[in-house]
Amino acid sequence: MAATCETQSVRARVLPWAPVLTLGIMLGPVAAGVLGTLGPAFGYMPALGGTEIGLDAFAMLFDWPGLVPASVLSVTTGLAATALSLLLVAVICAAWSGSVVFRMIERLLSPLLSVPHAAAAFGLAFLIAPSGWIARAASPWLTGWHRPPDVLILQDPLGLSLTAGLIVKEVPFLLLMTLAAMSQIRTAQARDTAMALGYAPVTAWFKTVFPRVYAQIRLPVYAVLAFSMTVVDVSLILGPTKPPTLAVQILRWMNDPDLKLRFLASAAAVWQLGLVIAALLLWRMCEVGVAGLGRRWVASGARGGATRTVRALSLVAALLSGGAILFGLLGLVVWSFAGFWSFPALLPDGFSTRTWMRHAMSLWPVATETLVIAASATLVALFLTLACLEAEERHGLRPGARALWLLYVPLIVPQIAFLTGLQTLAIFAGLDGNRMAVIAVHIIFVLPYVFLSLADPFRAWDARYGHVARALGAGCDGVLWRVRLPMLLRPILTAAAVGFAVSIGQFLPTLLAGAGRVQTLTTEAVALASGGDRRVIAVYALSQTALALLPFALALLVPAVVWRNRRGLRHG
Amino acid sequence: MTMRRFIVAAALAAFSTVAVRAEPDPSDWGAVTDDARGQTVYWNAWGGSDTINGFIAWIGDRVADEYGVTLEHVKLSDTAEAVSRVLAERSAGKDTGGAVDLVWINGENFAAMKQQDLLFGPWVEQMPSWANVDVAGKPAVVSDFTVPTDGLEAPWGMAQVVFYYDSARLEQPPKTMSALAEYAAAHPGRFTYPQPPNFLGSTFLKQALTEFVPDAEILQGPVEAADYAAVTADFWAFLEALAPNLWRQGRAYPQNEARQIQLMADGEIDLAISFNPNEASNAIANFQLQDSVRSYVMDAGSIGNASFVAIPYNANAKAGAMVVANYIMSPEAQARMQDPEVWGLGTVLDLDTLTTAERARFEALELGVATLPPDELGSTLPEPHPSWMVRLEEDWMDRFGVAR
Repeated sequence: MAATCETQSVRARVLPWAPVLTLGIMLGPVAAGVLGTLGPAFGYMPALGGTEIGLDAFAMLFDWPGLVPASVLSVTTGLAATALSLLLVAVICAAWSGSVVFRMIERLLSPLLSVPHAAAAFGLAFLIAPSGWIARAASPWLTGWHRPPDVLILQDPLGLSLTAGLIVKEVPFLLLMTLAAMSQIRTAQARDTAMALGYAPVTAWFKTVFPRVYAQIRLPVYAVLAFSMTVVDVSLILGPTKPPTLAVQILRWMNDPDLKLRFLASAAAVWQLGLVIAALLLWRMCEVGVAGLGRRWVASGARGGATRTVRALSLVAALLSGGAILFGLLGLVVWSFAGFWSFPALLPDGFSTRTWMRHAMSLWPVATETLVIAASATLVALFLTLACLEAEERHGLRPGARALWLLYVPLIVPQIAFLTGLQTLAIFAGLDGNRMAVIAVHIIFVLPYVFLSLADPFRAWDARYGHVARALGAGCDGVLWRVRLPMLLRPILTAAAVGFAVSIGQFLPTLLAGAGRVQTLTTEAVALASGGDRRVIAVYALSQTALALLPFALALLVPAVVWRNRRGLRHG
Repeated sequence: MTMRRFIVAAALAAFSTVAVRAEPDPSDWGAVTDDARGQTVYWNAWGGSDTINGFIAWIGDRVADEYGVTLEHVKLSDTAEAVSRVLAERSAGKDTGGAVDLVWINGENFAAMKQQDLLFGPWVEQMPSWANVDVAGKPAVVSDFTVPTDGLEAPWGMAQVVFYYDSARLEQPPKTMSALAEYAAAHPGRFTYPQPPNFLGSTFLKQALTEFVPDAEILQGPVEAADYAAVTADFWAFLEALAPNLWRQGRAYPQNEARQIQLMADGEIDLAISFNPNEASNAIANFQLQDSVRSYVMDAGSIGNASFVAIPYNANAKAGAMVVANYIMSPEAQARMQDPEVWGLGTVLDLDTLTTAERARFEALELGVATLPPDELGSTLPEPHPSWMVRLEEDWMDRFGVAR
């Protein structure tokens, strides 16, 4: 309900433009970047003598023997990671929602979510490698192995470990989105009604809740699919190398000293974009198919459900998925303090703080830079989000479903497809290689997450508080600043924490917009990963994780302190 | 900040970078050091090694003290990133004020930048430190993979291929490529090499090739001039036979030398190739390798080359970059670089031209436990022409790059 507010002040005239400005900041670079990629893909790049439009680059691409396997790999790992993550999330919610176990899972969610992809992948790699912690724990007493077995687990040609690495990180994200969706639907009533009619709990959830929840998390699922198909840092750590996934190969061509390969890289980026679109269409078709089958299943009236089995299996899967991250991080902690550590020793021969001491000096400036970038990008994103939401409130600019799609554009268009084109354009405008450029590019990715986290709590705020405040003489601004925002302190801080974590995790955007001159913990960690010493990687990955966790801790702590004598607001 | 003020600020920033600065004259050393004072030099160098990063940080401290130059190490995972950077700048018309001031480079990256006119210079032979560089004794300092450096890049370290092995598991390491193939056949999964086009992986290919070509001299010319199929037939037969006996049956390869070290420490492999005679000692000192690891060289000799630094044509701080390059070639920096405790890379200097005090720094260095003394390093083979490396990498990708 839009209360009438004064419309004379400058601010009041600017505010209605907030949504347009926000979309421009977010989508302008994506569109420009895609154009910057399309040019060279079709032969146009004057600096390299490419002035004729043609399909030579695509001909080169189709000559590459790795194209079919790399494309298949991109599609299969993307689809498998998305489908399995979604299945796992749905089963966990179906089996456990409303229980004590579920509340514990909810509590673990934010920390798991904030662990950067690269850190989680390093951790997982050390767990599952033939020389990893799991093999060590069982050797030699059980397996008889005194040396690691010669089996291909990491970098396997089918991309199974890559898929596993993606799943452990996507499950927390999808679960969070599902929780948000469930809070908008009366899930408990629907399920209770179905159970009263004799349906088993899991069956009841799948028949009455899941269809409505899925409609709400469809876009996040698409984002997960697009991300999983094109991820670079996780593929570099866990993915196959013969050939690598398409996204990694594109980056390699992009960086090849043979400058002609830039045309090939751009053509491959366009191909990658096509693959993502095709996979999304395929997914959409599967949605229709599953929906049809589901309707028949609902109509059949079958009430039974192996509740116990589903509960047990889903709990095991959730523990495996969460445990992979937690034990992976623990492995990193041990490595960061390790002396010499050979197979099959479960723990290092000795512990030392040497690796930390050596890197303390160089960690400090990098951590500060990371913080400044994340804080600036988050603040801008938060400001724009609040401006959009307030404009929506005051001017009745309710976004339709299509506007929500726009919000997901930066998350669905593969980074590799537009960042390289954007890099060329940014240099042209003289805007690259400094902190401002990196912040601007981070905003593109931070903004959607901040908006998505904050929009629902903001809209769900009870407008009657505002009416009371107005009746007591407060203006629109007074209501916003003195009533609404303070009451929404926790969701605002949570949204900020999410934005922070997103910014800290960005690898490709930082690398390309920063011209390598702007170094964050993530670019350092991935650069050091090429050096491969697990101790050093551990130090950087842990610092990165700690920095991403910090805002989540603050988001819990600050409201508790600020509202220590306002009991009613502590859960708000 | 209002929008208008932002636009003005952005416009001002754009103009200030356009302001043309006169190119420094390398032969006027006094003017170069004056120009350099206060400049910030962005040195793009591979950042995957802790010990090397430490050495570069030390260089930064020293040039800040001596010359007032601030050195920033831009850590790359592949040198090609810097090449690609300069290219992107040229394609955008950014011919001054570029992001890369100094780049650690050699081989095909140098050949590509030289051919595309992306380098500043010539400047190297005008540097004061050049007087002590051992051009006669180390021809690789002016011939980078057979491509003449023409004063466009300054040499700063000599690398040579060695192999290292765990003496606790392997008493007599194979000293010819054929013996290596036999060892792998008898002990499948105990050897591997980094996946080409990683430079060390490609180096393994070249090292092996030198043992199988009828006449090593043909490698000094471009690949197009040779009867490629005939001279490489034995080499590819060797590699095809080796592949199934490699670590993971050759279905995966380590990405780089550091992953190899990890494999060695985990006991997955028994021997590995390295491009730094001191790498094993260094890794032992850092707890990365077991102390039973030792180095050796192949009977046929091993490939050696030089590492260089070059300045891109559009570098922002050319004077500062020259000051840094000159300092890296100084006896003080070279002695520190050669110290196995620090890095252990071979010097490019001719010790006979140094003063007694300067020479003493080198003579005081102690070899690491796994480092061969200079007289046991054997003969150095020159790098083949860069076109060989490009061709070998392409063919390797065709044969092994995509799983069959």
